[in-house]
Amino acid sequence: MHDKNLTELAAGLRAGDFSSEELTRACLERIAAHDGELNSFITVDEERALEQAQAADRRLAAGEAGPLTGIPVAQKDIFCTDGVLTTCASRMLENFVAPYSATVVEKFDAAGAVMIGKTNMDEFAMGSSNETSYYGPVRNPWNPDTVPGGSSGGSAAAVAARLVPAATGTDTGGSIRQPAALCGVTGLKPTYGRVSRWGMIAFASSLDQGGPIARSAEDAALLLGVMAGFDERDSTAIDRPVPDYTATLDDDIRGLKIGLPKEYFGEGLEAGVARAVEAALDEYRRLGAEVVEISLPHTHLAVPAYYVVAPAECSSNLSRFDGVRFGHRCENPEDLEDLYKRSRGEGFGDEVKRRIMIGTYALSAGYYDAYYLKAQKVRRLIRDDFARAFEQVDVIMGPTTPSPAFRLGEKTDDPITMYLSDIYTIAVNLAGLPGLSLPAGFVDGLPVGLQIIGNDFEEARLLNVAHQYQQVTDHHKCIPSGFE
Amino acid sequence: MEWETVIGLEIHTQLATRSKIFSGAATAYGAAPNTQACAVDLGLPGVLPVLNKAVVEMAIRFGLAIEAQIAPLSVFARKNYFYPDLPKGYQISQYELPIVGLGRITIELEDGHSKVIGITRAHLEEDAGKSLHEDYHGMTGIDLNRAGTPLLEIVSEPDLRSPAEAVAYMKKIHALVRYLEISDGNMQEGSFRCDANVSVRPKGSHEFGTRTELKNINSFRFVEKAIEYEVERQIEILESGGAVVQETRLFDPDKGETRPMRSKEEAMDYRYFPDPDLLPVEITPEMIEKVRAEMPELPDAKRQRFMADHGLSEYDAGILTASRELADYFEAVARVAGDAKLAANWVMGELTGYLNRENLEIDQAKVSAERLGGLLKRILDNTISGKIAKEVFEAMWAGEGDADEIIERRGLKQITDTSALEAMVDEVIAANPKQVEQFRAGKEKVLGFFVGQIMKATQGKANPAQVNQLLREKLKGN
Repeated sequence: MHDKNLTELAAGLRAGDFSSEELTRACLERIAAHDGELNSFITVDEERALEQAQAADRRLAAGEAGPLTGIPVAQKDIFCTDGVLTTCASRMLENFVAPYSATVVEKFDAAGAVMIGKTNMDEFAMGSSNETSYYGPVRNPWNPDTVPGGSSGGSAAAVAARLVPAATGTDTGGSIRQPAALCGVTGLKPTYGRVSRWGMIAFASSLDQGGPIARSAEDAALLLGVMAGFDERDSTAIDRPVPDYTATLDDDIRGLKIGLPKEYFGEGLEAGVARAVEAALDEYRRLGAEVVEISLPHTHLAVPAYYVVAPAECSSNLSRFDGVRFGHRCENPEDLEDLYKRSRGEGFGDEVKRRIMIGTYALSAGYYDAYYLKAQKVRRLIRDDFARAFEQVDVIMGPTTPSPAFRLGEKTDDPITMYLSDIYTIAVNLAGLPGLSLPAGFVDGLPVGLQIIGNDFEEARLLNVAHQYQQVTDHHKCIPSGFE
Repeated sequence: MEWETVIGLEIHTQLATRSKIFSGAATAYGAAPNTQACAVDLGLPGVLPVLNKAVVEMAIRFGLAIEAQIAPLSVFARKNYFYPDLPKGYQISQYELPIVGLGRITIELEDGHSKVIGITRAHLEEDAGKSLHEDYHGMTGIDLNRAGTPLLEIVSEPDLRSPAEAVAYMKKIHALVRYLEISDGNMQEGSFRCDANVSVRPKGSHEFGTRTELKNINSFRFVEKAIEYEVERQIEILESGGAVVQETRLFDPDKGETRPMRSKEEAMDYRYFPDPDLLPVEITPEMIEKVRAEMPELPDAKRQRFMADHGLSEYDAGILTASRELADYFEAVARVAGDAKLAANWVMGELTGYLNRENLEIDQAKVSAERLGGLLKRILDNTISGKIAKEVFEAMWAGEGDADEIIERRGLKQITDTSALEAMVDEVIAANPKQVEQFRAGKEKVLGFFVGQIMKATQGKANPAQVNQLLREKLKGN
């Protein structure tokens, strides 16, 4: 049962081959059996999951089921879930039971999906390896000595290990695509504003975007159809109809123009990854696509600009964690200053503190123009690069990451090297564009991701292009050993 | 040396919306602590602000009233600082691009001159909650009902030159926001409060002196007292050879003095940056025209109209238009009575006297405009004299009914029957031969004595004009 895709699961539920309760119990059993090793979940809410499954079974019986009714989905622990612990993988929110649900969670609830649990992640989504989690690192199911990527590492690992059919993630600088690449699954970061941010705990508000992590583009299309849409509670959500993302999956891609940014194939890219990407491009040529070289000349500025904008916004967004109203509060504070210093000092981990400090500095009087304002200008240049590219090509392709999964602990003492693992994904967030990562082969038994970047609101095209590749390849069907 | 005072005011006025500026929670005053604070106001993880459209319209209304530029694009920014009653750790305000740009307002000075005061800008922001330090025994209570209440911060140019000018300006803005129905202006509840930037310089100098900022002044009297104290303090420092320190000072109304709160060195770095959760506010010319079309009559226009249509003096018109409620009351009285001048005299005289005595606002008056108008009608049709009318007014104020009821019940109708009055006049003349002599000898003042006698006899109900005429005729004719 655990190796069925969403379409097959939905068909099985409707045909009565198995009930949602059986499916949910099967997932719970797999989590119980394997997650001790992977640590991909922070919370598994068995009781609530089974209740939802039973409700879904009633809906199925009544013939009121949608495509996701009765299907277990894991939520990244950054989405608020009413009555369920929502930690953001931080000691700061170790005790925080959200009193409301995120829009994304509400939408899955309304679709009849079963919320099986909350997945592990980098603390407050700050990290690229899942090692900054207060709840300990997640291990990559392809090799437990390596990281699953981050920040949505728990979701990617759980989907890759077939513990759940699908999961949600959020992506601020690559946090869906990079772990998807490292775990060999398909992850989509939608256009900024496509998915509501209401109830999604903010890291960097102008970059954060929720999206699906799934086994295939087809599954991702079904999930995005549920997640996407306007929300009047999010001023940055865009009021635009949501297409049926599954309707165009089978469209012919002959004549598709693929742009390869020459800047994505230079120094730092591991040879094995480059070869896998080349092989994927050959596949696309066989499918009738045309591949042309393009230039995104400001690519080298993306990481520096990102590490000004994202920390600046995070320094302000995380000010609400002050020990006053919710979250961690230090013991016996002497006075207000002591309350702030110790509550925040104890509640936040090192990486979060590092970014709060960088961001506070970047916004300080006298530095604002040199850092924040400059970074915003760079952001515009990067967006202009993409706009020019999309005048020539339909989609842009390249590696999702410069290397496959690295070893646990390998980069924790070297933040800059860690930051560079998002070098190909960050610019997409700065430009607000949709980007997708799909499995494109292996290097030494570790998955490699191919990134496809589209123009604004071209999620349907990305899913179509990815799906066509997955019709002629099997990388996405490979299961890590021990999890078959 | 002669010193010149330079003052600029920052007025915070709470906008009279039903819900908060970025959430759907109610703004009503006086609810139990934290019962009007929703997830957004509490700054829970994951919540997002959504701008209340009504505040934008109110800001436009204010901008139009001060002839200011309405920004086609304005931006909300975060002002970052930690305080327990600031739930998010930042206040959403406007910084570089405020919604209302440079405008102006004319104030009337005591010497009868008027002066134009520049208004640098007005911007929208959210209020913080309240910290309650009393009653918690070493702890602080936090009430977040006020958190997220919409404020319009109105920043003046440093154009004010005396505490009296500052008060006149503050009153003018106060009347304006009430006229515009964008704020209830209730100072007790903190809906209208101000900070004052104060400095002094040698008269004739063109450079500004070092200023201090006086925080949180919540009455007209306090703004005057705080500035007076501060000006004196600064002059004293300068005249004894010292230098004024740039700092924020708090006015203590009990002691009538200001004291230091924080110095420039301790000044906060608020790390303003555009709020990424909110889009820039776009205001089209169509929106502005729509608001303009619905603008109420403004105080200055109303004053001109009162002078032109009702024949009031500039002074009277000024007083009667000081607040929209007073102006509306006056107009209602004038409409019912049919005599604007008489209405003006009564509203500014008797009515204002009663209000002041009981410390009431016009909307708390115990005599409605309709009833006062009805009373004046009885003066105009000679049913009662002005003097009797005051008695009737007192009874109306005490809740005894309308004018006609009271006149009827108390038998206050004027005696206008000439033969009855004639008999009384004859009686009084006969009884006072000495005074008759004096009058005939040319002492006209004695007439008053006779009038008084008749009024006494009739308990004031005789028609004074008639009595006068009869007395003259009889005294001369005999």
